Amino acid sequence: MTTKTLGRIYIALIMVFLYAPIAVLIVLSFNASRSRVVWGGFTLEWYSALVSNSSIMNALWTTFGLAFISALISSVIGLLGSIGIYSMRRRGYRLMLFATNIPMINADIVTGIALLLWFVRFLPLGFTSVLLAHVTFNLPYVILCILPKLRDMDIYQYEAALDLGAGEAYAFVRILMPQILPGVLSGFLMAVTMSMDDFVITYFTKGAGVNTLSTLIYGEIRKGIKPEMYALSTVLFFIVLLLLMLVNLPYDRIDLHKCLKRLKIKFFCAK
Amino acid sequence: MAKELIRFENITKSFDGSSVLKDLNLSIHENEFVTLLGPSGCGKTTTLRILGGFESPDSGRVIFDGEDITHLPPNKRQLNTVFQKYALFTHMSVAENIAFGLKIKGHDKDTIRDRIAYSLKLVGLEGYEDRAPSSLSGGQQQRIAIARAIVNEPKVLLLDEPLGALDLKLRQGMQYELIRLKEELGITFVYVTHDQEEALTMSDTVVVMNQGIIQQIGTPEDIYNEPQNAFVADFIGESNLLDGIMVRDCLVSLNGLEMPCVDTGFGENNPVDVVIRPEDVELDASGAGQTTGTVTSIVFKGVHWEIRVDSVIGITFLVQTTEHFPVGSKVGISVDPYNIQIMNKPSREDEQVFDQDEAPQGETYES
Amino acid sequence: MNRNRTRLLGVPYIIWVIGFTVIPIFFIITKAVTDGEGAFTLSNLTAIFDQLHRKALVMSVSLALVSTIICIILSYPVALILRSSRFKRKSIILFILILPMWMNFILRILAMQMIISNNGIINHILETMGLAPLKLINTPGAIILGMVYDYLPYMMLPVLNSILSIPEDVIEAAKDLGSDSLHVLTRIILPLSLSGVGSGITMVFIPSMTEFVIANILGGGKIQLLGNIIEQEFTVSMNWNLGSGLSVTLMAFVLITSFIFGRHQEDTAAGFAI
Repeated sequence: MTTKTLGRIYIALIMVFLYAPIAVLIVLSFNASRSRVVWGGFTLEWYSALVSNSSIMNALWTTFGLAFISALISSVIGLLGSIGIYSMRRRGYRLMLFATNIPMINADIVTGIALLLWFVRFLPLGFTSVLLAHVTFNLPYVILCILPKLRDMDIYQYEAALDLGAGEAYAFVRILMPQILPGVLSGFLMAVTMSMDDFVITYFTKGAGVNTLSTLIYGEIRKGIKPEMYALSTVLFFIVLLLLMLVNLPYDRIDLHKCLKRLKIKFFCAK
Repeated sequence: MAKELIRFENITKSFDGSSVLKDLNLSIHENEFVTLLGPSGCGKTTTLRILGGFESPDSGRVIFDGEDITHLPPNKRQLNTVFQKYALFTHMSVAENIAFGLKIKGHDKDTIRDRIAYSLKLVGLEGYEDRAPSSLSGGQQQRIAIARAIVNEPKVLLLDEPLGALDLKLRQGMQYELIRLKEELGITFVYVTHDQEEALTMSDTVVVMNQGIIQQIGTPEDIYNEPQNAFVADFIGESNLLDGIMVRDCLVSLNGLEMPCVDTGFGENNPVDVVIRPEDVELDASGAGQTTGTVTSIVFKGVHWEIRVDSVIGITFLVQTTEHFPVGSKVGISVDPYNIQIMNKPSREDEQVFDQDEAPQGETYES
Repeated sequence: MNRNRTRLLGVPYIIWVIGFTVIPIFFIITKAVTDGEGAFTLSNLTAIFDQLHRKALVMSVSLALVSTIICIILSYPVALILRSSRFKRKSIILFILILPMWMNFILRILAMQMIISNNGIINHILETMGLAPLKLINTPGAIILGMVYDYLPYMMLPVLNSILSIPEDVIEAAKDLGSDSLHVLTRIILPLSLSGVGSGITMVFIPSMTEFVIANILGGGKIQLLGNIIEQEFTVSMNWNLGSGLSVTLMAFVLITSFIFGRHQEDTAAGFAI
């Protein structure tokens, strides 16, 4: 009885610890005072000012655009790459898996600096360099989402389709693709979230002029964060919350380690 | 009869509002091989788990060796369990697995080493001390699980469908091993299974359960030859389960055909269930018998032929015989009065014939 | 499927790996072993032993170590409580644990700063209660708090995964053989959850050792971690050779750590089914 109560209190305390800063941000987004500690009354001013704040809106679209394009590119290259790796002989397979793991094991700061040193040789830093960097760190996650699907793939179904008269291409599209597709989708969604989440690698490869939300916030720390930012993060947080509840992802089947070494992975690597 | 060792008194148990055990009473004696037999969901595993201390009953008592152990935790009980999926500790070697219970009891190293060697010898896996459980085959893991339990010299060994995961050949071999083991150890075995052949082969006493209620307790011969209700008759072996009318004592009518039998006390002109085992139906090529019929199918089963006969009284008999009767041939049908078993019609749902389609097979943990 | 043909599909990825993983690492190593004029030198690598850098390295490693240990200590009770409770929807707990990671982490660390700063929320509460304010911000403790806050889910999930996936009958078997609760915990649950802790360590220790944002915000620039020094070499001091040298040293640390603790990750690849 008492151990049970103690257990509940403990879990509650952990929840408070995890959610207190988020609650602070949400409260601040409604605070009429620009002060970070004084409550100046309720306002929706920051939410309406948000749309007309061009630096925030630019950063928001950059973040979204980067996430979407980099996820798309890495999904395509990753899908082809996974099939390629899957067909390799033992030694090539091992080698490629090792190479795939490098950006995941390595510290972000090292990856960011290494890319910076390479990019400055041939490319002006900007949107393109950040995009290349994002594709680079997204690829391992995409591949590690798709490879298990390829391994679990039931090749007998494919042979059965051939036996029943299907051509190779038809059998691939109708039988094998549906088995791999969930992995591709997981990989895509994970790439989107990884890309939106990144700060360090973007920070080193972006050069001047381009900002994602993360780098914009980081740059404004000294001057003080604009309250519109709190409003935006609150909106984004609730959109994510709503989306997750709507799609009702099978959280209980999240396949952690198959796709995530560093577990920024969040929700999408569902089975 | 040997001394009583375990007694279940009025045990009831339900999970999430659905009743799993209904007022169960059962005695188990010293040195007895008792098998709890029944379809999945019948309450057999729950009974075993209550004895092992992994579940506590909603009401009733468990008496062990004269003591009430109803609320004793499993680690304080003088019995050990062989789990269905072996439950070997994968992070320990075979020797460490077997030594687990001995170390807790504080035995010295030499004793532990000797007892490990002895128990491995008993299960026929000498020299396997340093192997990892995961490197062993299913049958070998099963033996280690048994060795790990018996090394503690329990008064009772509980076995929860221990052969369920093994293939047929291995299962049959292990049945003889278990009988031998029990004789060597001289302890009580409580065995849970849904396999009637296993139950009949190994047990001194079979307890047939359905829907949380004990249907019949008896020796394998009793259970097979004199089932007490339709459920037991149907669940144990193959049988012709027929509707009959008890004309008077020692005479039963099947669709108007009056057949002598040996059962009494069922009243006059009462509907009853009649069980005739397939091997007890006698066929005669010349057509002589209590009635006649036409052979509609014949299948070779190795030891015997399995024949279906449509009789003129409108009943299809399943017959097992070593003689061959071609399809279409007219045969005479007769049954020895001693081989006709009369039972009352089921008064409750649990006594009725078990419908295979309703209960999930292979699912053996009932909860 | 024709393997020779399908293998060609991997070519774009192989090119990408060479172009954006292998070559950049080659470049950072080249930069690390040369000076500003391009001449070979080991001074950027040995620079880790300078007074300033050694101090930062020690500070980085110790803060990361303490944060990792705190994360382990905080995670175990959660996993044990969830295991023993008959709470059916364990996925809800998982959801709640992962949800905070969706909010921008710099903003969350800034919010943490507001909570613990000198005129922040905690000190406000203490003041109204008539207690003396605490000096929380700009201390190593504040950085540890931030790291634990940010990385706790990364430890909690694998630990939770490994503990919840221990089959119930294994624990029952131990009890059957005479184990009491404490014995079950130390001899069965702890050893069987080590692989989860191992992957948790790589997921907490490595990022917290290479961290510079949390240290900037909660340490107020007074506490220098190796990450901060590397960042400054690239953005302020503009000594890219030295920055690369320190990065390569850091990379060596990372590889060693993940080699020691990451080996068992494949064992737990059985999946996360609660």
